[in-house]
Amino acid sequence: MTAEPKGDDGTRRDFIYIATGAFATVGAGIATWPFIDQMNPAADVLALASLEVDISGIQPGHALTVKWRGKPVFIRHRTPDEVQQARAVNVADLRDPVRDEDRVQQAEWLIVVGICTHLGCIPLGVKETDPKGDFDGYFCPCHGSHYDSSARVRKGPAPRNLEVPAYEFLTPTLVKIG
Amino acid sequence: MSGEPQHIDDVHHELKLRGVLGWIEYRLPVFNWINNAVGTNYPTPKNLNYFWNFGALAGIALVIQILTGIVLAAHYVPTVDGAFASVERIMRDVNYGWLFRYVHANGASLFFAIVYVHLFRNLYYGSYKYPRELLWWLGLIILLLMIITAFMGYVLPWGQMSYWGATVITNLFGAIPVIGDELVLWLWGGYSVGEALLRGFYSLHYLLAFVIAGLAILHIWALHQHRSNNPLGIDIKGPQDVLPFHPYYTTKDLFGLGIYLILFAALVFYMPNALGEPDNYIPADPLQTPAHIVPEWYLLPFYAILRAIPDKLGGVMALAAALLVLFVVPWLDTSKVRSARFRPIYKQLFWILVADVFLLGYIGGSPAEGIYIPIGQLATAYYFLHFLVLLPIVGKLESPKPLPDSIATAVLEENKRKRARKLPQVGAQPTSAGGHH
Repeated sequence: MTAEPKGDDGTRRDFIYIATGAFATVGAGIATWPFIDQMNPAADVLALASLEVDISGIQPGHALTVKWRGKPVFIRHRTPDEVQQARAVNVADLRDPVRDEDRVQQAEWLIVVGICTHLGCIPLGVKETDPKGDFDGYFCPCHGSHYDSSARVRKGPAPRNLEVPAYEFLTPTLVKIG
Repeated sequence: MSGEPQHIDDVHHELKLRGVLGWIEYRLPVFNWINNAVGTNYPTPKNLNYFWNFGALAGIALVIQILTGIVLAAHYVPTVDGAFASVERIMRDVNYGWLFRYVHANGASLFFAIVYVHLFRNLYYGSYKYPRELLWWLGLIILLLMIITAFMGYVLPWGQMSYWGATVITNLFGAIPVIGDELVLWLWGGYSVGEALLRGFYSLHYLLAFVIAGLAILHIWALHQHRSNNPLGIDIKGPQDVLPFHPYYTTKDLFGLGIYLILFAALVFYMPNALGEPDNYIPADPLQTPAHIVPEWYLLPFYAILRAIPDKLGGVMALAAALLVLFVVPWLDTSKVRSARFRPIYKQLFWILVADVFLLGYIGGSPAEGIYIPIGQLATAYYFLHFLVLLPIVGKLESPKPLPDSIATAVLEENKRKRARKLPQVGAQPTSAGGHH
C-alpha cells in the first residue's frame, strides 16, 4: 500500500478515520433518542391530561375525590368557618408559608392534589367519618402529617403543603382540572 | 510479523494492556477475547469478497430486531381485544412508535434477505463441506427458528392476515396422522385460533429471539474453529494467506453496513408498507377469510412447495423436506472441490437453482389456479431434483478446474493480471489519477 503524502496535519487516512468515527458517534447518538423518547407520555396520554368536574352537588363542609392523571384530587366545599380558620393563621409561622388567598381561586373551593408531600400516601379527611388531623384539614395516616383547612402542612414529617393543581372554573359549578 | 512463521498459529497479535484495562484483563481477559474474535488476532483469508459481509450484517440485523422488539413489547397488548388497537396506538400515539414498528417489520424482511444471500453464498462456495458441517447445521437451525419467530411475530398485530395465517399454518399440523386433531387443539388452547394462542405466540416470539442470539454465538464459535471459507474454497496454508480481521474486515464490514443502512432507511422512511400485506390493516375477523392469503415474501418459495402437492399430508411433508434436505447437503455433494469457481457444471446448476427458487417465490405469491399449479409442481420437483439427484451425480462426473497452490499465490496472480490490464490507461491519463492531491 502506498503511503499518503504527509502534510502538517496528518494523512488523508487520519481524516477518514476521524470523520468515520465522528459520523458513527453522531448517528448512534441520534438513534438513541427515539429509544428514550418512547418512554415519555404518549399522545393519547397527553390528550387525557385534563378533567372537567361538576361540583354543584358538593354541599358546604363536604369534599369529593376525583382521579386526575392517575392521582386523587380533593375538591372541598369549605364553610365560612373553615375559610376564616385558614386565613387567621400567621403565615410566617408555617413550614411552607403561603397565604390561603394564594391557594384558592374562590374562597369556598379548596382544590388540591391528594398526595402527601412526604412519601406519597393519600391523606384522610375527604369522608365525613375520616380523621381530619389537629388542624381540621387532612391527616396522612402513613407517617402522621397534619394539614390544615387550606391543606398546608402544620405538623409531621411532610416538607410541603399539598400541591394545588392548575384548574379553572368554566362555569360556577363546572371546574376544569389540568 | 517477526522471522519467517511457517504456520498460521505461529502468528500472534495479542493485546498487551496496562493501567485500568490491564487490571481488568488480568482478572477477566475480555479484551483479548474480543481481539481473538473480531480483532487483530483473528486471521482471516485475505481474498474474501463482499458476499462475506452478510454474516456480520445478519448479526446486526438480529440486534436491531431485539432492540426494537423490546420497545414494541413495552407498548403492545397481547389480547384478542387489545392487540390490534395497541398496534395502532403504537403507530399514532407512542413517541416514535411508528419508527420502531416500521424498523421491526422491515427489519425482519431484510434479515431474511441477508440470511438468504448468506445461505446461497454458502452453496456457491461450498462452505458447508468438511470441516464446517456443524457450522452449516447451526445456520440452518437459526433459519428454522427465524421462520417460526417471524411467523409468530406476524400473528401478533391480530389483523386479517395474522389471524388467517395463524389458522392456516396451525391447521398444517392437523395433517399428521392419528394425533393431528388433538395436536391442533393443543396448539390453539381452544377450539379455534384465539386468546391462548395469541398470548403463547407473544411469549415465544420474545423468547426465540434470544434463543437465536444464543445459537448465533455457537455459530460464530464453530466458524472460528476452522475459520472462514473463501472464494477459492481452498484451505489457509500459512500466514501469507491471511489478514488480521481488524482493521481489514471490520472496515469492510462497516462499509457494507453503511450500504445496508441506506437501503434500510429508504425502505423504512419512503416505502414502509411496500413489503407488507394491506389486508393486515383490517382487524382479525373469525367469520371472514381474505380472498387471497399469502405469507410474507420470504416464505413464498416454501408456500409454493406446500401448495404444489395436492394432498394435505403430502404438502406438509414436502414443506418440511424442503428445509430438511439442506441439512444433508454436505453429504449429498460428493465433490471434493468447494468453490463453484472451479466447478463448471455445478456453477450452472447453482444459478438454475437460484432461478428455480425465485420462480417458486413468484408461484407462491400467485393464486393457486390455472397454469400456476403445474409450474409450481415442476419448480418443486426441480428443487428436490437438484439436491437429491444432480448434486451427488455432478460431484462424481464433473472434472474440476485446477486449484491454485495457495490463497496468496492466487491473489498475487490476480493482482498481476489486473495491473497488466490497467497499465496502458495509467500511462494515458497521469493527471486525472492524482487530481485531488
